[in-house]
This record gives sequence, structure tokens and C-alpha cells, in this order.
Amino acid sequence: MNAAIVVFPGINRERDMAIALELSTGRKPRMVWHKETSLEGIDLVVLPGGFSYGDYLRCGAMAAHSPIMAEVKRHAERGGYVMGVCNGFQIITEAGLLPGALLRNAKLRFLSMDCNLRVERADTAFTGQYAKSQVFRAPMAHGDGNYTASPEDLDRLEGEGLVAFRYAEADGALTDAANRNGSARNIAGIFSPNLRVLGLMPHPEDLVDPLMGGTDGKPLFDGLAAALAA
Amino acid sequence: MKAIVTVMLKNGVLDPQGKAIGQALGTLGFAGVGEVRVGKRIELELAETDPAAAKLAAENMARSLLANLVIESFSVEII
Repeated sequence: MNAAIVVFPGINRERDMAIALELSTGRKPRMVWHKETSLEGIDLVVLPGGFSYGDYLRCGAMAAHSPIMAEVKRHAERGGYVMGVCNGFQIITEAGLLPGALLRNAKLRFLSMDCNLRVERADTAFTGQYAKSQVFRAPMAHGDGNYTASPEDLDRLEGEGLVAFRYAEADGALTDAANRNGSARNIAGIFSPNLRVLGLMPHPEDLVDPLMGGTDGKPLFDGLAAALAA
Repeated sequence: MKAIVTVMLKNGVLDPQGKAIGQALGTLGFAGVGEVRVGKRIELELAETDPAAAKLAAENMARSLLANLVIESFSVEII
């Protein structure tokens, strides 16, 4: 699998993402500056976390109009894989690749802590090495992670099975306490209809080695490496 | 010609900043403050000299970038 990580000014999690991808695929991902315009030969494009453009205007709004984003959209239209984490999820929604938007956290506080994610389906390239309803731990660090969408979009996401992960208790229960940023229906991550674009707020790339304190996020990258092996 | 674009969270979208400001005003002793909502005011200097065309241009800018219509609404004033 050939992966690329898009680097926008103000992004700060691209190296964590590179470590996680290389650990699972055995290949160094290509770092792509946002002013580049080609993703040739790339299977998976990752938009990493951080604070692109200092969160000016709205989180992800400026990055969504960077030169590389036109190519990211073409890549997705060709059936290519795209993953946006944290600021990357915000950029993906601002670019219109996934529905909805990320609002300021409901209680205004920047949340820097671990959360529990419940896997909503295990038959995708991203989640194939988890079990359905499995709960895993993921760090989160965001001020604007309150997922919202129109009631019609939320119903469509649920109806078409496009919710990837939900904030849950350790036993899988969906509670308000587990849903710290106030996201609609505890949604932490969503898929595109072809299940090849994933956006999520927490950081599975930051738990892929015992030295990081755990390997809860590693199955996501191992699953991608297995599904996209070429 | 100047266009003032006002961007607000849509009605019904939770505005925690507004809520926090409302609470702080109460703490300071200002009574009788109801709902508080926070938005953005964006001023654009436009070369266009026709007010109707300037408004149309600013509305296009708002739809493309200045507002996220999933969560925000906007209004344009030409001065």
C-alpha cells in the first residue's frame, strides 16, 4: 500500500501518522505539501490532525481550498481511499467529501484525554481487524469535535450504515457522559457511501506501540495494510 | 464599495460561546439578558461599483467560503 500524508501549514500530527502507517505497511508514506497537485500512484491519502491555518475562519475551512484538495477529491471520486483524522476530519467536511460539520465542543472545553470508541461495522478496509461492537481506546485532542448534521443526513448515515465509530463507555453503552464533545448520536467517525473515505475526531495513530501506552489503534492500520496490499 | 458579511450560527444550532457569555454577563450583575448568540462580521473592500452586483459577489463569497451553510447562515449589507 502506498500512502500519502498531506501537510498543511499548522498541521502537527503528520509524523505520528507516518509512524503508524510505516509500522503497519513497512513503507514510508509520502509527505505531500498542500501546494502540490499530484497524488499519482497513491492508494490512501491521509489528512492528519493539527491546526491548519491556525483554525482561521473555521477549523479546516482554509485548508479545504488548498491546491491539493482538488486532487484529493478526484482521488476519492476514482474510488481511492481517504482518511481524515481530527483537523483532517474537519477539512474533509469543509471540502464536502463527507456530510455534516464539527462545532465547538458542547461544554467549550478543549478535550485532551482518552475516549472509548465503539466499532459500528467491521466489514470495511478501515475496521476489518476489529470486531463489530468492539470498544477500543483512542486519544483525543480537540476544541471543535461536536459532530452535527441535518436530521436528514443523520438518518441517512444511520440508515445506510455509514457511522464508523461512536463515543461509548468501556462496555459499549452509548451515554452522554462518554460523549464529551456533545456529538449528535455519539458519532465519532463516518464513512462515505463507498466506505472508502473515513473521517474521525480521535487519534488511533497515537496508540500503535506499547511505548505509546497501548496498541488499541494498530488494528486500523494493520487492516488498511491488509486490505490495500498490492 | 464595501460589503459587510454577517455570519451567524443557524437558529437551533447550539452556541456554547453565546451561552458562556450570557452567564458571564449575569455574573457581572447585568440583569435581564436573554439568549446571547455569537457571530462573525467580515468586511470586504470590493472594486465593484454597482451595489446589486457587489451584493451578488459577496453572497457568492459567503456561500463558497465565508459561511458553512451546514451550520451557519449569513446576510450581506452593502455600504
